[in-house]
Amino acid sequence: MDRREHLKLLLAGGVGAGLFLASGCSEEDRRQSEEILRASDLSYGRADYEMEHDKRLLSETFFTEAELEMVKVLADIIIPADDESGSATDVGVHDFIEFMMKDSPPFQLVTRGGLMWLNNQCNTRFGKPFLDCSESERLELIDLIAYPDRAAPDMLYGVRFFNRMRDLVATGFFTSRMGVDYLGYQGNRPGFWDGVPAEVLRNHGLEYDQKTLDESIKEEDRYRIAEWDDNMNPI
Amino acid sequence: MSFEMILPKEKYDVAIVGSGAGGGMAAKVLSEAGLSVAVLEAGGFYDPMQEEFRTQLRWPWESPRRGANTVRPFGDFDAAWGGWEIEGEPYLRNPGTSFDWFRSRMLGGRTNHWGRISLRFGPKDFKRKSIDGLGEDWPIGYEDVKPYYDRVDKLVGVFGTNEGLEDDPDGYFLPPPKPRLHELYIKRAAEGVGVPVIPSRLSVLTRRVNDERGACFYCNQCNRACNVYADFSSGTCLVQPAMKRGNVDLFTNAMVREVMTDSNGLATGVVYINTKNLQEHRIQARVVVLGASACETARLLLNSKSAAHPDGLANGSGVVGRYLHDSTGSDRMAILPALFNRERYNEDGVGGMHVYTPWWLDNNRMDFPRGYHLEYWGGMSMPLYGTGFGMDSMRQHISDQFGNPSPNGGYGAGLKRDIRTLYGSTVGISGRGECIARYDNYCEIDPNVVDKYGIPVLRFNYTWSEHELKQAQHMHETFEEILTAMGGILVGEKPGADREYGLHAPGRIIHEVGTTRMGDDPSTSVLNQYAQAHECKNLFVVDAGSFVSQADKNPTWTIMALSWRTSDYIVEQMSQGNL
Repeated sequence: MDRREHLKLLLAGGVGAGLFLASGCSEEDRRQSEEILRASDLSYGRADYEMEHDKRLLSETFFTEAELEMVKVLADIIIPADDESGSATDVGVHDFIEFMMKDSPPFQLVTRGGLMWLNNQCNTRFGKPFLDCSESERLELIDLIAYPDRAAPDMLYGVRFFNRMRDLVATGFFTSRMGVDYLGYQGNRPGFWDGVPAEVLRNHGLEYDQKTLDESIKEEDRYRIAEWDDNMNPI
Repeated sequence: MSFEMILPKEKYDVAIVGSGAGGGMAAKVLSEAGLSVAVLEAGGFYDPMQEEFRTQLRWPWESPRRGANTVRPFGDFDAAWGGWEIEGEPYLRNPGTSFDWFRSRMLGGRTNHWGRISLRFGPKDFKRKSIDGLGEDWPIGYEDVKPYYDRVDKLVGVFGTNEGLEDDPDGYFLPPPKPRLHELYIKRAAEGVGVPVIPSRLSVLTRRVNDERGACFYCNQCNRACNVYADFSSGTCLVQPAMKRGNVDLFTNAMVREVMTDSNGLATGVVYINTKNLQEHRIQARVVVLGASACETARLLLNSKSAAHPDGLANGSGVVGRYLHDSTGSDRMAILPALFNRERYNEDGVGGMHVYTPWWLDNNRMDFPRGYHLEYWGGMSMPLYGTGFGMDSMRQHISDQFGNPSPNGGYGAGLKRDIRTLYGSTVGISGRGECIARYDNYCEIDPNVVDKYGIPVLRFNYTWSEHELKQAQHMHETFEEILTAMGGILVGEKPGADREYGLHAPGRIIHEVGTTRMGDDPSTSVLNQYAQAHECKNLFVVDAGSFVSQADKNPTWTIMALSWRTSDYIVEQMSQGNL
């Protein structure tokens, strides 16, 4: 099949993309259609009211410039670049957090207040707001709120704020393409599940018993229309 | 494709309200018998094969909220439109009681995103009162429904295995997929403590069942609705095929507000409001079939008052809305250190569990009357909103290569690595059990409130009894026993009596049934054994409203089997001139 045929099948809506994916085409066909599926920019299955909602949220701005700058600094403290991948801001985690503030309004006050609490602490300790502090001053304060089990009771506001920020930064990073690659997630592609790889089974001291092997689906049977014998068993 | 511009026929043989499991099956069977059918769906047209609706095979970053559930209650890629709250369509609860009502306004209704767990009721499930004295027996038994379960298996497709279990009957199963790694750990641990684990039973096509639907390609996303129709939903597998074969007119965005009756009290059709332009329309029919969902059907009957039916249609008994019951549900999670830093490979599998545990104990030796089954979850699934959360309490369970435990919380490259270490190492168990149907759990029409279409809304009254509380308490004993036996570190506290043993609010499992129950006695039931109204012979119910008791089984397979049985009865009665 050429690309036009793929697109025709994909976009005409008469025959679904996956139907031909799942009905015995070549690996190359499969790879190509996956790419086309991914490259399509037809939203992502939104109803009209959802598209309007998202457009409205994206047109609004929550963080001030200074707040967004603080979020970026915190994001890269929480998920920095290392020798395997980039940092939180490399994948735009700050934009994701900006979106979530509007998407989930309960985040707004606690985040804005938390950023101000951080500034208040810096002003008291170092005589200047967070962004004007040196890296070591910033980390001195972050160390007081980043470890919930050993934080002082009067740091609890900061602990709560930082826990939430850690959650949002981490989830923003690990749901980005770079984060998914770093995690090593291998799925979201058409294929056939034929059980745990033998080597992995061995490493965990597990195996499939004969009953399981006998009764489970075999790859070569998947496109055969199902039939049963008189005892209700598939043949 | 637009189905809104259809000019209705002057009169249909059958008007079906709702396009979910029950309505869809009725539309298929009745239209294939040659009857003219109108299907009325309150929501819009939906077809996961069409690109504009596709959420399957999307990546998390395609959603600006990374799949979070701020818009769709089960996440941004979930197929269901609607949810626990729908703007302009409120419902109420009596003080001191709770009920959460999930509604999906779309072709196929809630079958678009359900868990595809497809369990037959067993012989005992139809006769529970005879066993434990509680609730009521059904007017029919397993032998009446078995032929229809067989047909549903073959038509719709369900994988599983024949295990010869008395109350979890064998069926025409497709071969199941092999267990995933965490499921092998679960199976070994559970069997070690005397809890059997068998292949799950999901309506996912591991083999094709016809030329119109593809085979599963293992993306683990059935809740997003399948582009190749390799899982069951009513729109893709029942309504659309029936439309292609003819005799079915589908009216979408059609909110039915009343069943019309004549002076003799017989149904003559339905009144609906077009939700797009708010105009009222009428559909005339010889027979009216309600498949709007248990609570919506009860609401419709109660709102259909007339001289012949002053308390609501078919409600002379006062039983409409009564005996509402949902499955019980509670859950627990653990971290499995044996899976830290596990080998990476694609283990998406089907959308849901590959193994499960049907109820395995004898209630004679328990302090609660009905059973529950166990559903298992875990694995290296797609990272979505929530991935990486909770390191302020879970990180302590991870150690570095020298065995030094990490601190809770923290930041930096070490945190990043620890999240990767933890990925795919959590496992969980959900218990889903049977609630006893009680007269005192009900929905009724609120006297003060209407929705945006001017239709009076429901008010719920539902509490758990000690039966459900004791069952949930037992679930948690089981969860801990299995999770601990597999070497898991339990997350969170075991919920006690103060938290109702972790029971989800009624309605949360989305298995609500019983509001128009069937029975032989018209003074204590709404429908006869064919789901035909005692007081209105050309009115039928094909959703789970007809259920007398719900079993510890997910209701969809039984909804479809009973809908098929009712549809056969309608065809027969019509051909005999009785309708």
